[in-house]
Amino acid sequence: MSAILAVRNLEKTFGSLVAARDITVSVPAEQTVGVIGANGAGKTTFINMITGHLRPSKGSIWFEDKEITGQPSREITRLGISRSFQVAQIFPSLTVFENMCIAAAIARRSGGIFGNIVTPVHSPAATAEAEATIELFQIGRYREITASALPQGVRKLLDIGMAVVGWPRLLLLDEPTSGISIEEKFDLMKVAMSALKSRKITVLFVEHDMEIVTRFADRVLAFYDGTVIADGTPTQTLSNQQVQELISGVRLKTSVKKPGHA
Amino acid sequence: MLTSFAILTDGLVYAAYLFIVAIGLTLIFGVMKILNVAHGSFYAFGAYGAATAVGIYANADWPAALGFLFMLVLAMTIGLVMGIILERGLLRQVYGKDEVITVLVTYATFLILEDVIVLLWGPQSYAAYQPMVSAGNIEIGGLVLSNYDILLVAIAAALALLAYWSLKFTRYGWLLTTVIFDRETAAAFGVNVTLIYTVTFIIGAMLGALGGAVMAPKIAVTLGIGVEVIVLAFAVVAIGGMGSIEGALVGALIVGICRAAAVHLVPQLELFVIYGVMALVLVVRPYGLFVRAQPRKI
Amino acid sequence: MSGRGQLVGGLMFLFATAAAPLLPDWIVSLATVALANALVVLGLVVLWRAGLVSFGQAIYYCIGAYAVALTARWTGFRDAFALVVIGGVAAGLVAALIGFLLARYREIFFAMLSLALSMILYGVLVKTESLGSTDGFSVATPTFLGFAPHRDTLGLSLYWLTLGVDAVCAVLISAYYRSVAGALAAPIRDNEIRVEFLGVSVASVVHAKVVISGVLGGLGGALAALTIGHVDPNMSYWTTSGSFVFVTILAGASSVAAAFVGSLAYEAVRSFAFDLMPQLWQMTLGSVLLLTILFLPNGLGSLVSRVKRREEAKS
Repeated sequence: MSAILAVRNLEKTFGSLVAARDITVSVPAEQTVGVIGANGAGKTTFINMITGHLRPSKGSIWFEDKEITGQPSREITRLGISRSFQVAQIFPSLTVFENMCIAAAIARRSGGIFGNIVTPVHSPAATAEAEATIELFQIGRYREITASALPQGVRKLLDIGMAVVGWPRLLLLDEPTSGISIEEKFDLMKVAMSALKSRKITVLFVEHDMEIVTRFADRVLAFYDGTVIADGTPTQTLSNQQVQELISGVRLKTSVKKPGHA
Repeated sequence: MLTSFAILTDGLVYAAYLFIVAIGLTLIFGVMKILNVAHGSFYAFGAYGAATAVGIYANADWPAALGFLFMLVLAMTIGLVMGIILERGLLRQVYGKDEVITVLVTYATFLILEDVIVLLWGPQSYAAYQPMVSAGNIEIGGLVLSNYDILLVAIAAALALLAYWSLKFTRYGWLLTTVIFDRETAAAFGVNVTLIYTVTFIIGAMLGALGGAVMAPKIAVTLGIGVEVIVLAFAVVAIGGMGSIEGALVGALIVGICRAAAVHLVPQLELFVIYGVMALVLVVRPYGLFVRAQPRKI
Repeated sequence: MSGRGQLVGGLMFLFATAAAPLLPDWIVSLATVALANALVVLGLVVLWRAGLVSFGQAIYYCIGAYAVALTARWTGFRDAFALVVIGGVAAGLVAALIGFLLARYREIFFAMLSLALSMILYGVLVKTESLGSTDGFSVATPTFLGFAPHRDTLGLSLYWLTLGVDAVCAVLISAYYRSVAGALAAPIRDNEIRVEFLGVSVASVVHAKVVISGVLGGLGGALAALTIGHVDPNMSYWTTSGSFVFVTILAGASSVAAAFVGSLAYEAVRSFAFDLMPQLWQMTLGSVLLLTILFLPNGLGSLVSRVKRREEAKS
């Protein structure tokens, strides 16, 4: 497999508004890609096209060498692409364990019309998966807490965990640290990223915090006005003049120390 | 030709009846997000109150116009009192709870009030036909119309205009509009939402009672009149859009004309037509004709 | 249902079966109707767990009842078992059809559309002379696999039939609750968009729930028709739907048994109120509903959960 995800000449217009144009990107498996850009630059449009919630006006999307352009989102989820949300989307009246269990059970459904009815929700396999994922994201001590009572960071980890309990191969993270206090951002990302890396998941994450991006991404895509204006390592992208002008601002330091990989 | 004219006049009269009954219901829902099943009770109390009033003035031999006015005032006073009692005593307990729970509370209240009617007025029927009889008839284009029916249409039209004018040009109307639009933001701007709720509910109750009062001369005032009215009012409000007064007007007209057409042309479809139109509108526009979908708040 | 729950349910079933011959006829008859209505309530609970309330569930009750009555009247076929199945299937088919529509709605709009549909049926039946319009018509006496019971044993036979159908449905619905579809009720109620993003078609799950509730409603209506011996358009009127919702609130959504206990409790309260104060039974019912909503929002079933939790906390 050449690249796990490839998009070619992707374009999306809404009437006369061009939300995305001319996007050609190829992502090798297990790479962690940071996606930066101002609001309205096309990042979310890009992600929504990959997950199948928006149909591209032009171009194609390939996942594991199979074309998935225009496929419905449920099908794309089934193929192994998952996403998490800027505002954590969890089930507030259930406990962390129950949240994870239902996500695990859904991922292990039998196919067909009666798949939902035939699959038991607390099967040993699904329960084991749920436990393992809870441990992986280090939220075990919140296991019996009702989700509505969780602190924000734990909600985010639960959200990501639920997206991952079905072993997707590609995960799209929408602003994972948004709404998290500065002291907690790094810890959250450390836990999340090491969890994702251990499952060999390819990750695309949208972020506004440049330090987070620098620290955790292998590669950074910079969006502006609907298209990619820079694509390289964090150092390369962030020292790109256009990126500095339009997105990140001029950096005070010209080199960034990147700690060893987890 | 005569049939279409008959359909039009019958439809207008029925529409007037529906509008007067539905406007209070849609107002309460629009502002408080409460689907008030007890609105049927306001209607019933209004009708019984009107019957009592007619009994009083008919015996005392008052002039018809004064008697009619007395009837309306008595009914609306009953509505006022009921509105205050229910809002203060009961609804305060359930503000902020799930919409469906609130509906069930109003349903329980309706059940209780049905028997309160029996306690107050007994199980017998009452007649209040005097205003209708004294209004007389008029002949237009080969059709004999009751002046009372014309009065009904006039009252409905006046109500519609009053509602339109107050919403657009009075302070209360503007405050109401902001609360209908977004309660939280209105409160954040310092609008006294609690007071608005109380006033609105009382107005809604009075309008419901008014509906019962004006209809009393046309019907037999008996147990259970509230039951059928509620579901008709629901249909009108659902068609027009919950919370929309122009919607209630249009919904009432649609249901009124359709029903009149059915009664004259295909009588078997009379009841079917009302709820069929409701179902049809809900299918095409789930929130009613005049209300747009609300975006989901995260 | 936990192991202990199954044991308790089984014991209750055995007790109910054995106690009947010892009770006077009118109690057995009342209990039969209550147990038939309980199936409609169970259907409502299935929907309620997913956050949906139907104000028009009576439509399936009415369809089940009329299907039984019409089959007996037109074909002369009177086997009780078959008739009940026919009632359930007829209602289920209608539910499958209108489910396509209903599955797109939520909250108050789901409630109002279901109300509208039930009132349409009411309107059609009232205006249909051949079906007796508002008077309805009577249902032929059923037979049981060829065996035609005497008047004395007819009541008991219908009671045991209803109890049997109840038991089967209780077991099936419990199993449903343990499946992914059943367990999706709370997630759909909480955050259906997330459910979609996990790869599930919420509309199809809701559609299935509508069909399940329809079948249960139809079975209830069929059994009620056989027991009461009469059907009329009022079975589709909104007040009938209202009383089913009433019982649902009374019972709560916590367990399958709650629907049956709640329905029996409602029937008992209603008869008691009617006997004691024939003019004020609605007020009594309304007050009970109000008190339940205000002080026991999770229904009678929640009383049991509270006791259980207190026991667990002590240990």
